Amino acid sequence: MDKQTALLLLEKMMLSRKFEESVQYYFSLGMIHGTTHLGIGEEATAAGTCLALHPGDDMFATHRGHSAAICKGVDVRRMMAEIFGRETGVCRGRGGSMHIADRDVGALGSNGIVGPSVALACGAAFAHKYRGEEAVSAAFFGDGATNEGIFHESMNLASVWGLPVLFVCTNNLYGMSTHISRAMKNTEIADRAKPYLMKSFTVDGNDAEAVFDTVTEARDYAVSSCEPVLIVENTYRISGHSKSDGNQYRTKEEIQRWKQRDPVRLHREKLLARGIATEEEISLVDRQTTEEIEKAVRFAIESPYPKVEDIYEDVYAE
Amino acid sequence: MSTQNEITYAQAVRDAMREEMQRDDSIVLMGEDIGVYRGAFGVTQEMYREFPGRVLDTPISEAGFVGCAIGAAISGMRPVVEIMFSDFMSVCWDMILNQAPKMRFMSGGKLSVPLVIRTAAGCGTGAAAQHSQSLEAMLCHIPGLKVVVPSTPYDAKGLLKSAIRDNNPVVFLEQKLLYRTKGMVPSHDYMVPLGKAEVRRVGTDVTIVTYGRMTGISLQAASKLAEEGISAEVIDLRTLLPLDRNAVTESVKKTKRLLIVHEAVKTGGFGGEIAASVAESEAFYYLDAPIRRLGAEDVPVPFSPVLEKGVLPDAEKICAVIREEVG
Repeated sequence: MDKQTALLLLEKMMLSRKFEESVQYYFSLGMIHGTTHLGIGEEATAAGTCLALHPGDDMFATHRGHSAAICKGVDVRRMMAEIFGRETGVCRGRGGSMHIADRDVGALGSNGIVGPSVALACGAAFAHKYRGEEAVSAAFFGDGATNEGIFHESMNLASVWGLPVLFVCTNNLYGMSTHISRAMKNTEIADRAKPYLMKSFTVDGNDAEAVFDTVTEARDYAVSSCEPVLIVENTYRISGHSKSDGNQYRTKEEIQRWKQRDPVRLHREKLLARGIATEEEISLVDRQTTEEIEKAVRFAIESPYPKVEDIYEDVYAE
Repeated sequence: MSTQNEITYAQAVRDAMREEMQRDDSIVLMGEDIGVYRGAFGVTQEMYREFPGRVLDTPISEAGFVGCAIGAAISGMRPVVEIMFSDFMSVCWDMILNQAPKMRFMSGGKLSVPLVIRTAAGCGTGAAAQHSQSLEAMLCHIPGLKVVVPSTPYDAKGLLKSAIRDNNPVVFLEQKLLYRTKGMVPSHDYMVPLGKAEVRRVGTDVTIVTYGRMTGISLQAASKLAEEGISAEVIDLRTLLPLDRNAVTESVKKTKRLLIVHEAVKTGGFGGEIAASVAESEAFYYLDAPIRRLGAEDVPVPFSPVLEKGVLPDAEKICAVIREEVG
């Protein structure tokens, strides 16, 4: 892992973590309304995956999609403004937390429905292939989505049509509250590639470097062979499912165990242990990301709300 | 000089796709059995030969290929998908309800979905309850979609061209019993704009608002009524969403009576929307009789030909209602 990539992974993970902690804080103050699905603990999946993508690649995210959007390059100020429901938001306050999208950076939408992102990613990959572009599209989805029909329809379509799609499963062990062992007989999600004769990878989703290397290899394969791949990134959601989660379905001990494997801390320790970066360099990233989030919050709070009289503007294109 | 050719409704649909595909490389067709099988209703015919790699037989995975088409549309293509029977929209409903029509809005206008979903709608083929429905009312309840129901070959071609060039998801409800009907279609490139109704027959005593296959049936009824001295105006909506409300209210202000006819079941049908929009407009004050609706009986489409025909509106039923209205 080169120094630049290592520090970039750290920066994107810290930015994601602080973004979500900030969202959580302002939500608790009643300054953000609606709901939020935080992915605290899963940042290495977003950073490792999105940084391995190339600029022309597309990415589709889930309802738990803040980190993926940040790591794909969506401006955090405009994302924060979106979650505060402001006109300056990346979706003009129409989408909110679950629907961050910015086509300028290849973030083609986060989805509030479990599953369809995989089908949409097939279409983006189809477009790339049709136009002869060397690009892939990546779809994030959770372990729960692999029990949806659309997952299987899309895996089948991508394999039979030879579409360069990265099916990225962030396996956090729970579909909301239901443990993976109660939702599928075979919990080895990578096995779900086999019926489609699709190549698969399984990786420690809390190890940003490992995710980055795996997705880099998977992307190379998808582009060179024009085939889809399934990547299973095993991780854990330390935060609750959403604001309403009472954590009745898991133990404090389990959460504590996973906190020991906090991906941001693991990566930071690795950089120091291997001498890739110094304490000073890491502190600098820490300070800069904190400032960036503070600026984002200020930008959001100072931004105007959208006007009801403009509400019909984006329902239909001209 | 433009010439006219007599062609079928199915050929009009095909010609629209062919001409648009010749013009624009970003258009591809996806659907079940639209290649070598030539389409379940024979619409695509030899197109797979004329456009290699652009007429794609899909697995039987409506959600998968409609979702794929939405993703391709977001990525700059203009896919036209065929859902073999409109009843099968049920198995890709998430794509039609939550995905295609929401993308533009949710992204604050940054994403657009230039997609056409063509599908064969309506009964009359003896295919029973899961292959015969008219589900347009469900679609019209979804802002972000456009919903088109052509009634003639001329309109089928012109409206489909507009739908393909439109930057929004359009559901194009082809009328399966009209596929073999013929009509005059100009050979030059023309478009029929979305959102504009057409007066099919001018009249003074009553307005019949209809669309799709029921347009022809309503015109038959109007001819019959003319013999009895009743002058019926027939309006073909052509596009249901967006709805040309003005065409309806202007006609009602003139005739002072309104009957809405559709093949879909009456309860919760699109006729209710038309009636309501007249009732809340100034046209209400012009009404000399209650607004009436004729739809299919509120039952699943039955199999037996006697039953299938029996539950539908027909010219006789239309005439009977209008005689009551005018009498």
